[in-house]
Amino acid sequence: MAHDQAQQQHPLSTYLWIWGLLFVLSVLSYMVDYVGFEGLLRWSLICLFMLLKAGLIIAVFMHMMWERMAIACAILIPPGVLIVFMGLMAIESNYTLIARLRFLLN
Amino acid sequence: MNQVPATSALQPGVSGLTSDFASDQSAFKKVPWGKAMMWIFLLSDTFVFACFLISYMTARASTTVDWPNASIVFGLHVGETNVPLLLIAIMTFVLISSSGTMALAVKYGYEKNRSKTATLLVLTALLGATFVGMQAFEWTKLISEGVRPWGNPWGAPQFGAAFFMITGFHGTHVTIGVIFLIVMATKVIRGALDDQRPGFLTGRKGRYEMVETLGLYWHFVDLVWVFIFAFFYLW
Repeated sequence: MAHDQAQQQHPLSTYLWIWGLLFVLSVLSYMVDYVGFEGLLRWSLICLFMLLKAGLIIAVFMHMMWERMAIACAILIPPGVLIVFMGLMAIESNYTLIARLRFLLN
Repeated sequence: MNQVPATSALQPGVSGLTSDFASDQSAFKKVPWGKAMMWIFLLSDTFVFACFLISYMTARASTTVDWPNASIVFGLHVGETNVPLLLIAIMTFVLISSSGTMALAVKYGYEKNRSKTATLLVLTALLGATFVGMQAFEWTKLISEGVRPWGNPWGAPQFGAAFFMITGFHGTHVTIGVIFLIVMATKVIRGALDDQRPGFLTGRKGRYEMVETLGLYWHFVDLVWVFIFAFFYLW
């Protein structure tokens, strides 16, 4: 879709579709808890619905899919370092847990 | 506002990426500066919320005590049955509804449809206020059940600290958003955006791009809730 002005103008149906999809995805993620899935299935479903919802909000409601690549990259790439941070803290918390189990609970 | 060059001069895709960043004056073509600055603010806010969620992950993964079961803690009694996470589910739907009305407000703003934009902005503010009200109810319920930042009746004491910090900071964002929605709705109703009247605080000329910039903030608040809902309430 090409836009000649700085303005973002999209058909009403696009917004209504995405709105509906967000509702469906919210119901699905709630159902994960309601049905009571456990373990890996639960976590993967939660993450899948979460990422789909986040993607739809950023891409369509926040108009990122219609922006030029320069701003999309400048905004969407930096949060990638948070994945690294999360990984580091996961290792750290695992170490803390092992230390607590070893030295505090005996 | 940027000097927007003729569209034919701008290349799409990856070659556009390099030429935009290599160009003079402004890298973000076809983006009003207010919107670019809002995006950069939201980027910094992403890091703040991520730090809260990652510290919650660290606390939860390193405690030797069981974490309280959110499904039960946030359940509500409806008649005889206990419905898990009911209040949180309703809050999620309220916030998603408000995100939809905000997206439509932006659309009608660009069509210069004053009455529809104003109505949708007021509706968004009402849904936002409903969300904050339900959050206040949730806090009251949990505090009366004995949840404190240093302990709770069900398990790991860090639960309260993570809960109050994360939902409190998010609720503050929603509250600020509601205030700005009311301010923007007032501007739209007065016709300040059509007449390009300067604002009382910054003196910037009114324009309908402002509705989109405010919309970015509001969608971000919804976006953060998506992550809080997944990691704090469902996990």
